[in-house]
Amino acid sequence: MLPFDFDYFQPKSLKEAVELFRYLEQQGKQPMFFSGGTELITLGRIDLAFSDAVIDIKNIPECKVMQYSGDYLFIGGALSLTQIEEANPFPLLTKVASEVADHTARGKITLGGNICAQIFYREAVLPLLLADSQLLIVGPEGVQTIHINDIFQQQLKLKKGELLVQTATERRFIEAPFFTVKRRQQWDTGYPLITIAALKIDQEFRVAISGLCPFPFRSQEAEAYLNRQGSMEERIDGALSVLPKPILDDVEGSAQYRLFVLRNLLYDALVALE
Amino acid sequence: MASKTITLHVNGEVRTITVRASDTLLFALRGKLGLTGPKPGCLNGDCGACTINVDGWPMKSCLMLAVEAVGKEVVTIEGLHDTPIQRAFVEEFAFQCGYCTPGFIMNCHSLLKQHPDADDRIIKEWLESNICRCTSYIEIEKAVKSVLRKEEPGG
Repeated sequence: MLPFDFDYFQPKSLKEAVELFRYLEQQGKQPMFFSGGTELITLGRIDLAFSDAVIDIKNIPECKVMQYSGDYLFIGGALSLTQIEEANPFPLLTKVASEVADHTARGKITLGGNICAQIFYREAVLPLLLADSQLLIVGPEGVQTIHINDIFQQQLKLKKGELLVQTATERRFIEAPFFTVKRRQQWDTGYPLITIAALKIDQEFRVAISGLCPFPFRSQEAEAYLNRQGSMEERIDGALSVLPKPILDDVEGSAQYRLFVLRNLLYDALVALE
Repeated sequence: MASKTITLHVNGEVRTITVRASDTLLFALRGKLGLTGPKPGCLNGDCGACTINVDGWPMKSCLMLAVEAVGKEVVTIEGLHDTPIQRAFVEEFAFQCGYCTPGFIMNCHSLLKQHPDADDRIIKEWLESNICRCTSYIEIEKAVKSVLRKEEPGG
C-alpha cells in the first residue's frame, strides 16, 4: 500500500494534461505524469517516489498510437510493452522490450515509462538510440520534435511539465539487420547484467548498451572503433577503451566481469552482423 | 480529497466502493470487496501471486491502482468456475501449498484465451511472470499443455 495520498486526474487531451500540470504546480502540488505507473507504485511503497497529484495520460489518444505515417512509425508513450510486443511493428524494439521485467508486468509497463524511469536499465531506449528516432514532446512551450540523441543523455532530459508523447522511427532503421542479447547473472528472469543492442545501417555498426554503466547509452566513439579496418580483437579493444564511466560494480556483477561479458557480446554482435 | 467513490466491474458484477486514489487494485479487491483470491506476495510486481485478468489480459493487481480499473472488466479467481485450466490444475496436481495457485491460474487462463495455439516459447514467456516456491513448475506446464491439447481431465 502506498504510504501517501494523491489526487488522480485523467485528462483527455495533451493541452489539458499540460495545463493541469501547470495549475497543480501553482497550487503547491508535486504533480507527476503517470502512464503505467509501476515505478510510482513500487518505489512509492518504500518512500523512494512521491506525488500528491497524479496525471494519468492513458486516455490521451496521441499517447496510444501505433501506426505508420509515410516512412515513419509512430508509437505512443502510453502503450504497454506487451501491446508493442504483440503487434511487433519494430522487431528490435519488440526483442529488447520482451526482456524487460516479465510478461505480465510488461502489460503495465509502458514505453514512455520505461524510457523515463528512475531505474537505470531503461532498455527500451536502446533501439530508439540506434535508430535515430525522433521524440514528440509536449510541455509548457508547446509541441516539439527532438532527435533522441539530442535529448537523451544518460536519461531523458525533460523539463518540468514536459511529457513524452510519441516516438517516430524511420522505416529503414526498423528493417535494418540487428542483434540484441540480454545477459543475466543467472536464469532467464531477474535484473540484467548487460543488455546489448546493435544495428547495421549503411554498412556501419551501431551499438547501444544498458547495464554496463548506471545509465543506458549509445557510444559513437565505440562505434568508430568497431567500424575500423583491422582484426576483430583490435576493434573490440578500441571500443572498450572509450566506454563511458563509471562501469557498474555491484552484486549483479563486478566491473571486470561486466567488461568480460561485454567483450564477448561485442564479438557475437560483429559476427552476427558482418 | 484523495478518496474517490468508484464503480468497478468485477466477476460480472457492478460494485461501488470508496478508495484512496493511491490504493492498489489488490488492496481494494481484498479489503473492500472481500475477494481474497488475489494473494499479496511481494507487493512489488515480482511474484505474480496477485495476478488477475483485466480486459482479458493478466495483470498484477499490486501494480495497478483501483482507480485505473474503472471501465474495465476485472476477473479474479473467484470469477472462474470449473474452467478447463482449473480442472487441469487438479488433474495434474499442479500445486502444493496453493498460495501462488490463483495467480498462476489467472495467468494461464488468459494465456489460453489469448494464445490458444501457444507454443513452448510463448508458454515459457508467460509463465515466467509467476513464482511457485514449492516449484510445481513441471506440473503447471503439464496442466497448461493438457488444455492446449484439449485433453479431458482423467483421459
